[in-house]
Amino acid sequence: MATSIELRKLEKSYGDVAVIHGVDLTIAPGDFTVFVGPSGCGKSTLLRMIAGLEPITGGDLLIDGQRMNEVPAARRGIAMVFQSYALYPHMSVYQNLAFGLETAKMPKPEIETRVRRAAEILKIEPLLQRKPKQLSGGQRQRVAIGRAIVREPKIFLFDEPLSNLDAELRVAMRVEIAKLHNDLGNTMIYVTHDQVEAMTMADKIVVLRSGVIEQAGAPLELYNTPRNLFVAGFIGSPKMNFLTVNEETGALKTGGNRLSLGRNSAGAATLGIRPEHITINEGSGVKFADVRVDLVENLGGQTVVYATTGDGQGLNIVLEGQRAVELDASVSAYLDPAKAHIFNAEGLAIR
Amino acid sequence: MTARSFETGTPAGERAGSPSLWSRIWQQDAPGYLFLLPWFIGFFGLTLGPMISSLYLSFTHFDLLTAPRWAGLDNYVRMFTNDPKFSASMRVTMFFVIFSVPLKLAFALGVALLLNRGMKGLPLYRALFYLPSLLGASVAIAILWRQIFAGDGLVNKFLALFGIIGPSWISNPNYSLWTLIVLSIWQFGSPMIIFLAGLRQIPQDMYEAASLDGASKWRQFWKITLPLLTPVVFFNAIIQTIEAFKSFTPAFIISGGTGNPINSTLFYTLYLYQEAFGFFRMGYASALAWVLLALVAIFTAFSFLTSKYWVHYDD
Repeated sequence: MATSIELRKLEKSYGDVAVIHGVDLTIAPGDFTVFVGPSGCGKSTLLRMIAGLEPITGGDLLIDGQRMNEVPAARRGIAMVFQSYALYPHMSVYQNLAFGLETAKMPKPEIETRVRRAAEILKIEPLLQRKPKQLSGGQRQRVAIGRAIVREPKIFLFDEPLSNLDAELRVAMRVEIAKLHNDLGNTMIYVTHDQVEAMTMADKIVVLRSGVIEQAGAPLELYNTPRNLFVAGFIGSPKMNFLTVNEETGALKTGGNRLSLGRNSAGAATLGIRPEHITINEGSGVKFADVRVDLVENLGGQTVVYATTGDGQGLNIVLEGQRAVELDASVSAYLDPAKAHIFNAEGLAIR
Repeated sequence: MTARSFETGTPAGERAGSPSLWSRIWQQDAPGYLFLLPWFIGFFGLTLGPMISSLYLSFTHFDLLTAPRWAGLDNYVRMFTNDPKFSASMRVTMFFVIFSVPLKLAFALGVALLLNRGMKGLPLYRALFYLPSLLGASVAIAILWRQIFAGDGLVNKFLALFGIIGPSWISNPNYSLWTLIVLSIWQFGSPMIIFLAGLRQIPQDMYEAASLDGASKWRQFWKITLPLLTPVVFFNAIIQTIEAFKSFTPAFIISGGTGNPINSTLFYTLYLYQEAFGFFRMGYASALAWVLLALVAIFTAFSFLTSKYWVHYDD
């Protein structure tokens, strides 16, 4: 039932300016794939190329094995939810939902059935006669999703659908979209710049930068084994700490400390360690730095420590539970070598 | 300080401490009123004053030479009961409004849609197409138009190339009004610019959503563009209708001020002009002017009343 998508050396350029540089990607049927990256990385362009809203400059787009490069958007079996929702302001919610079906000249009773069913799924039945301007942001979002559902497409595309909602609603809608995916089982592609959305929703995350895939994989795969500095820094919140190190005969020197990870570290230039993987308890790992505490945030469940190493590098530490850490105190930081990441001078991970 | 406040009559509470309210207003706002002065003079001296006096004159007989004589409703009664030229001119103007306004708006919208397709050199075309609106109602253009559509004019010379012997477009009563309608349509620039601005306001992603839904360009136009453009259509329709009711210069020039042939271009305003400055019946001409004003007001009110059924506002 569900549909596979394959991108082969997909390229996009505007005149001489190339924005997508030969992207290869396979999306398994029924997968929830998230394109994530900073603004301008090409994630929305890539989505629009799949949708058929942007012409493809080079390479192939295959949907269920069929080449789709020149197939018009309407015949690709795709529905898309826009960041702005793109609801027709002069039509009622019902008419908005029915528009695509009427365009396809579907019989009225069938349209009615489909619209009612979508409205039921999204709990917007009481809103069907309203105009979009009479709806809240969250309700508009539901209608926009409803408009995609009624067409019963093979593939759903979401272009930053939650970025116009407030933080609380965003979390709620995130959960609903994930549930929707579980219920419908369609292949879905979701574009966001928010790595938390990516981590929580995706079966597969595709990290893009400057029109190139930096890494694609399951969320925890990207979290545990980032391929380079960019992915390491982009995935995970708060951000991974990066410390400049010198590698000498199998050991890393940072500040005044010598640290051995017990694995190949030849050519290491940067040590990456996530804030939540650092402790200040003596004897729980390998000591790698003596730091001065600049600021402490007590969040209740966690204690966040902002510190500076002896050689002036910033280090963020997230400690579980409520900890008494004094400002300006000098503490030793420890890490578990298995959870440390090392990168060479080009920024690539050393395994 | 206190004395000045007392003179200006400021209430006791506002007298203490600071300058009085009125002198503060005067000091703060005097420059503003000074700048408004030319407008005040223009509005009261050249607009409101003449309007009120014409309303009075419409109830009199007045030949400019002797003092106005009170006539009560005579002028209005004569207009509606005993003036074939009044009804003829009303018919001509109505015909002109009913055909020139929709045709001009449709043409303006068509050109705006063409220009909105992101073509190169858009500012140049926009300026070129706007030009006739600047020139259109001028005497020079009307004279030029008379040359073009005359019996031996450019149009007929062009038709002669194909062996067609054209009529005199302006002296044949079957065509003369249509020639004026074409001249009016040719001045489509101003509504076109407004349509173009309106088209730019329609978010692109609505069209993208519609194209994903499989809607053809034709369906997109009727279901998205036109409904979302209705506020602009409404505005343009009102403005252009008022313009059309007021239209005077082209008919005056092309018919030489007569409204001929056989009153086929006797616009209402032209008839009004003849009565006022041909026959010096200022009272009757004033009454004609007020009937026109009432007509335009009724039309506009009607448009506003019906607008809620067909104009879609976004917010």
